[in-house]
Amino acid sequence: MTQISHFGAAVLFALFASVVFGITQKQTTREMIKYGLQSFAMFVGGVILAGWAMWLLRH
Amino acid sequence: MTNSDKAAENVSPMPSSMSILAPAIGWLVPGAGHIIQKCYIRGVLLMASIISMYMIGIAMQGHVYSPNGGDLLDMLSFLGDACAGGLYIISRALDWNPGLITKATADYGSKFIVVAGLLNFISAVDAYHIAIGKKQ
Repeated sequence: MTQISHFGAAVLFALFASVVFGITQKQTTREMIKYGLQSFAMFVGGVILAGWAMWLLRH
Repeated sequence: MTNSDKAAENVSPMPSSMSILAPAIGWLVPGAGHIIQKCYIRGVLLMASIISMYMIGIAMQGHVYSPNGGDLLDMLSFLGDACAGGLYIISRALDWNPGLITKATADYGSKFIVVAGLLNFISAVDAYHIAIGKKQ
């Protein structure tokens, strides 16, 4: 069985979803790359923000 | 413009064989709908992403849902899984469901499998849009 940390799983999720979003949601190659990178940053940034928000709620 | 011209304008064109074949093949094999339309790089990237996501979900002991009439979330999860097409058929045929789930990450695995299916659906719709000329 594969052992992946929570953060590792979230980054992998972000990577695969961003590739598909980038390719399917935009028309030109340049737009696809830009949108894919933006999606990835938003996914990972959201994970980090949510993580800190939960830490603050806990303390 | 004569009446016959107007009538001809209102009739939608017959769907090409590619507009049916591309999403069907794309559903069955992730990314193949793009590859048969000569969008090789996009097809390979989609294929690698969706298959990797699905297989990582399986490796994390994720649950592959079967058709069910129980909980609403279970039914929706089945729909998501089924969107993975050939991957779902193979995993059901080979019985890749874990017997006893022992790790918390198995729930992540289930979500990976469902989302891989949903991404495959988006990919198949994109292949259709390319086939009808809505997208290059």
